[in-house]
Amino acid sequence: MKFKVNNNEVFASTGGRPFDKKKPLIIFVHGSGLTHMTWVLQTRYFAFHGYNALAVDLPGHGLSSGESLKSIEEMADWVNDVIDAVGHKEASLVGHSQGCLVTVECTSRYPEKIKTLSLMGGAGAIPMNPELLSLAENNDPKAVDLMMDWAHGPAGHFGGHPVPGLYHINTGTMLAKSRTIQNTLGVDFRACDNYKNGFDAAKKIKCPTLSILATDDKMCPVKEGKKLASLIDGSQVDIIDNCGHMMLLEEADRVLTVLKKFITTNYPPLSS
Amino acid sequence: MSDKKKELKPNTYKFDTLSLHAGYQPHKNAGSRQVPIYQTTSYLFDDVDHAAALFNLERGGHIYSRISNPTVGVLEERVASLEGGTAALATSSGMSAIFLTIMTLCEAGDHLVVSSQLYGGTVNLFRLTLPKFGIQCTFVKPRDTEGFKKAIQKNTKGIFGELVGNPGNEIMNMPEIAKIAHDAGIPLMVDATYQTPYLCKPFEHGADIVIHSLTKWMAGHGSSMAGILVEGGKFDWMQNDKFPTMTKPYEGYHGLSFAEEFGPTAFTMKARAEGMRDFGPCLSPQNAWNVLQGIETLSVRMKKHCSNAEEMVKYLSNHESVAWVSHPSVPDHPDHELAKKLLPNGRGSMIAFGIKGGKDAGVAFINNVKLASHLANVGDTRTLVIHPASGTHSQMDEATLKFAGLSHDMIRLSVGIEDIDDIKNDFEIGFRAARKPRLVSNQ
Repeated sequence: MKFKVNNNEVFASTGGRPFDKKKPLIIFVHGSGLTHMTWVLQTRYFAFHGYNALAVDLPGHGLSSGESLKSIEEMADWVNDVIDAVGHKEASLVGHSQGCLVTVECTSRYPEKIKTLSLMGGAGAIPMNPELLSLAENNDPKAVDLMMDWAHGPAGHFGGHPVPGLYHINTGTMLAKSRTIQNTLGVDFRACDNYKNGFDAAKKIKCPTLSILATDDKMCPVKEGKKLASLIDGSQVDIIDNCGHMMLLEEADRVLTVLKKFITTNYPPLSS
Repeated sequence: MSDKKKELKPNTYKFDTLSLHAGYQPHKNAGSRQVPIYQTTSYLFDDVDHAAALFNLERGGHIYSRISNPTVGVLEERVASLEGGTAALATSSGMSAIFLTIMTLCEAGDHLVVSSQLYGGTVNLFRLTLPKFGIQCTFVKPRDTEGFKKAIQKNTKGIFGELVGNPGNEIMNMPEIAKIAHDAGIPLMVDATYQTPYLCKPFEHGADIVIHSLTKWMAGHGSSMAGILVEGGKFDWMQNDKFPTMTKPYEGYHGLSFAEEFGPTAFTMKARAEGMRDFGPCLSPQNAWNVLQGIETLSVRMKKHCSNAEEMVKYLSNHESVAWVSHPSVPDHPDHELAKKLLPNGRGSMIAFGIKGGKDAGVAFINNVKLASHLANVGDTRTLVIHPASGTHSQMDEATLKFAGLSHDMIRLSVGIEDIDDIKNDFEIGFRAARKPRLVSNQ
């Protein structure tokens, strides 16, 4: 569906179901340089089971218009604006990678609105490799290739996508190259590198929180994810073996199973 | 020790490694090093919720082997990885891959622009069968790049061609034709069977969908029928209103918009969810496994195919019984320069040559070679020959033969990977036999 936030058109996948204001809202926030399509193996389930699943394209990404937002704080405020724009008073947030920084910051800023927080491949800070950052800011496609290499675990490099016939390294590459790299990945990487408030923001979070981490995640290693989770009262942690940073594709079924249990328990769906 | 900073390089697997490993993780398959053959029709559901989720594309997995199968899935991922594509869908043959591609793209009332130099079966599909579904086609000579542009109509939904034409070895100027297609907001579909991704990756030159008859060089051993369509993932189905079945809610899946939900894999998802469900040209797991064995040695075989082909081009070009030789490696081939650009790893192993003495000589040659196999296939490890005017195209009249780029003296040769001296010796037997009727007629 399309709607306006701050006069810019926003695209969000609704998981194949029409948006229904009566249903509780889950907002999925993608990682650096990516789009709503990274969530396809999670959103459709929730959309068909009593929720409004909204996988947004951040401004300037995917099918959303406008320019990319330059800081994690701006993105956090923008997520709050999305909740207002679709006419809801509250939401459950799900983030991946950079999306974790955004949703942590958003939850700390708007605690009354955010009912649950699910973090995948999250950390309190994501400092960027300077050379990778430079490549992305200079529109070099090698930045995408490096990101896809590091983002997939050793097993993920062989493929084995849960959806038959899909080869996820190439799919991720295509998503990250679908818009001008320096305007998406370059801006996002800089925003991640600049963001320093993650650990303080985490300390303010009181809603039920889940962290899904992966043993072969090079971009946000398990120890960094655990460090962030340790600062959030009562945070649950689930660790997936033999999986990299792109857990939502590499181990989509496992992620969905854990996410489903956590969200339906803490933020029940509208019963049919 | 050098102080020089090490340059960052992606360590994703390269072609030869992907040929052996892509799409398969042994630790998820009881540690089996070889890809298992999942000889089953159907798959247990965990519970009712799981079943509903699979049927509704809410989660990945297998339901019924007409739609997907784990062994076939490995093949699909492997070919997608080798082509640089986002997704692939394997079918029972190359022809079914083409049919499924067209039926996923088009509806009754649509139009396609098609290269005229195609495998005969493909010509019949476009010329005779698709019109029965209300899909019309305009044929354009593959070298007539501007002709592709002129043939595009308001209802044109795509351009289709073989990268290297059959049997005349004409090469489509893929980058230019891709630009024409994209300027018109339509995709370019390329049958790259003759090249395999080892010789050419059409997505790097602008193609949007790549099709293979895997029966040929990919499988390579003449044992199994198979086809595949591969999606490049760059084509924007939402850029215009030409593709409502990709962009509008689809009743068959609760109002799903394939383009919105699946983006760079939308075409393959639709081809599987709709096309495989409704038409059912699925690949058997045994054949998928056989093709996988072939792909493991693809680059090794293609190098030998190409080096043998270039040897045969030299041999034939200097032979007294040969009137002409057509192969993109020949400097005076009209597409020689284009071939160097599009086929940097080798120009393929298909050769057409004219035998002196015309049709009678061609028949004598075919009837007398012993090592080369006379049959209707290409891309076997073994050397194959056929004389189209007396065999595959014998029902064509003179004008139709000419339009198809054929002549009475043409022999089509698919060079195998036997010892090159043995192939040449065999051809000497054929040429000697071919000269005899001429000697008789000259007396």
